[in-house]
Amino acid sequence: MKIAIPVDEKSLESKVCVSFGRAPYFLIYDTETKERVFLNNSAAASTGGAGIKAAQIIVDNKVSILLTPRCGENAANVLKSADVKIYKTGSVYAKENITDLINGKLSLLDEIHPGFHGHGGN
Amino acid sequence: MRIAVLSGKGGTGKTLVSINLAAATETSAYIDCDVEEPNGYLFFKPRNIQEEEVSVRIPKVNDKLCSGCRKCVDFCKFNALAYIKDKLIIFEDICHSCGGCILLCPEQALTEKEKVIGKVQKGISDQVTVYTGVLNTGEPSGVPIIKKLLAEAKLEITKTTLIDCPPGSACTVMESIKDADYCILVAEPTLFGVHNLNIVYELVKLFNKPFGVVLNKCLDGEDLSEKFCLEKGIRILGRIPFDQELGRLNSNAEIAVRKSEKYRRIFSSLLETVEKEAHHEAASDS
Ligand code: SF4
Ligand code: SF4
Repeated sequence: MKIAIPVDEKSLESKVCVSFGRAPYFLIYDTETKERVFLNNSAAASTGGAGIKAAQIIVDNKVSILLTPRCGENAANVLKSADVKIYKTGSVYAKENITDLINGKLSLLDEIHPGFHGHGGN
Repeated sequence: MRIAVLSGKGGTGKTLVSINLAAATETSAYIDCDVEEPNGYLFFKPRNIQEEEVSVRIPKVNDKLCSGCRKCVDFCKFNALAYIKDKLIIFEDICHSCGGCILLCPEQALTEKEKVIGKVQKGISDQVTVYTGVLNTGEPSGVPIIKKLLAEAKLEITKTTLIDCPPGSACTVMESIKDADYCILVAEPTLFGVHNLNIVYELVKLFNKPFGVVLNKCLDGEDLSEKFCLEKGIRILGRIPFDQELGRLNSNAEIAVRKSEKYRRIFSSLLETVEKEAHHEAASDS
């Protein structure tokens, strides 16, 4: 099973990135092989719909669980249609969240924020 | 003549200036292009309203034809498309109706469908024809509504037209001023006022539009926006005093020009100045 976390740096010691769609990297952890990969988030630079594109990347990498502090409505819909479960991160660091998840200490993210798209228009 | 009224943010008196100039003209059209929050109609209370829906074209997919090549997903720069579990998902509220994906799909799996995004209304308030654009909440862009408004109002070419622009300098504002003959920038005297003035000042310069500034909420003290205008050599068209009567009329959704001789004079003379300026600009242009 693969777990993904938005992170600020390409390092296991990295903090969790506060934004999912705009995170510079995703840490992908495979619980079976214990393999860790850092993916560049090509959605981070998009002008709009970053969450959708980021979710597409997560799905394309066959991730089953996403750990994130927050997630937008559209991204959540993409992830839901691909049966990716979204859990809310607890601690600041990526590594601890993986351990917490495995130990059953994280809960599903229940609050999904509506998009900001379009408004203000710049 | 088409006069666009702009400000860097809402609440600076943009609507106050546009409605009163429209009301001070013998026969005029007022176009509310602030489609996310139109409020001019609250003052004009127009009658005989005619309404028309505005729709855009967005893609719909025929799953049977779609091969899953993802060309459309990669192309869409708004990220309105995703391909999940062998199915294309279209996010209608993200799509900007560019039509690109439809042209591009090698399987002709995408076709157009209409989606209503808002409406335009036209009504009469004394001598003023009032046009209002309304964008439905959640829609990404008001540009199609503004295009429709301006195209409708073009039929009234003989009248003086006041265009009440959206605040800021987004693409909806650019659309609103595109065909304007003259731009009025409304500014407040504070430091924030200068900052907001600068936003629209940069925009009208970029578009090479003739323009001038109306100073609103003028008090006796220092007016930083006035200072800014003097420094940059910007024409000051007029000053609107900060007084209680105007504030009261405005908050009761009354049009000052229709209620008080004093304001009729202020706005009539402002209108005269603007018309003179605009003609002068037009003459020196040709
Ligand atoms: S371009 Fe056409 S065939 Fe390819 S994924 Fe998009 S809809 Fe399907
Ligand atoms: S029409 Fe343009 S904006 Fe809309 S989904 Fe297709 S490519 Fe994206």
